[in-house]
Amino acid sequence: MTLQLTWCLMLSGVLFTIGAVGVLVRRNAIVIFMCIELMLNAVNLAFVTFARHLDSMDGQIFVFFVMAVAAAEAAVGLAIIIALFRNKSTVNVDDMNIMKW
Amino acid sequence: MIEGLLLIIMSLITVVCALCVVFQKNPIYSAIFLIQTMVSLAVVYVLLHAEFIAAVQVMVYAGAIMVLFIFVIMLLNLNKQDVEGGRDKLFLQKPSALIMGLVLIVMIGIIMVKSVFHGTKGEYPPEVISEIGNTQLVGKMLFTKYVFPFEIASILLFAAIIGAIILVKKQIIKDEKV
Repeated sequence: MTLQLTWCLMLSGVLFTIGAVGVLVRRNAIVIFMCIELMLNAVNLAFVTFARHLDSMDGQIFVFFVMAVAAAEAAVGLAIIIALFRNKSTVNVDDMNIMKW
Repeated sequence: MIEGLLLIIMSLITVVCALCVVFQKNPIYSAIFLIQTMVSLAVVYVLLHAEFIAAVQVMVYAGAIMVLFIFVIMLLNLNKQDVEGGRDKLFLQKPSALIMGLVLIVMIGIIMVKSVFHGTKGEYPPEVISEIGNTQLVGKMLFTKYVFPFEIASILLFAAIIGAIILVKKQIIKDEKV
């Protein structure tokens, strides 16, 4: 039981770190969005793990809401990427510097 | 015993696929590996007695959201140079990012080793959950205790739909004004 908790939290932490490194390393905006989804999944795993450990259902309900927010974020984010691609015909985040002073 | 073995195998698959998501050059390959990451995470959810969340994970994440990603990748139809430009505009971007990741995982590890997780036990141990049914419990809590956040989530999704349409249809709206 405790071993399962530790293992799942370790997995969650590793997944979150991989996602964060991906956001920092990659320059393709779509892949950056995928890495953000990876981080959201890591948080979901931590929620489910603690819900299991504490014999509670609240964590699973929160995962549900996180998924709703992730769906909204993906829809709006991909719309932003398409709008940017129309203007600049690139999805490389290094080239998206129109708001830089 | 068999559950522990399955958990270890699935977490290894998850981590390897997550690494592939980050380090694949082609975004389509990244998307496919992300789907595999989510499916193996769904197996981990089943092992943690969250069956409904596992089903929703496969349907919403691996189904809907990833189809949206792949749809956008194919819609943009990037050539090889656009996918990942060869030049490095930021000085030492990759090494510093990897160092940051190392610092982050060390911090998470220290917190997990040092802290003792205990709290008041809730009223739903696995026996009770399997007796009532996981989906029934989620539904009951969603429409009683969490009914207000549930409504807020519906408004959020509605706003997201409108926002996406406005962002993508900008040109048409501008033309109509003129």
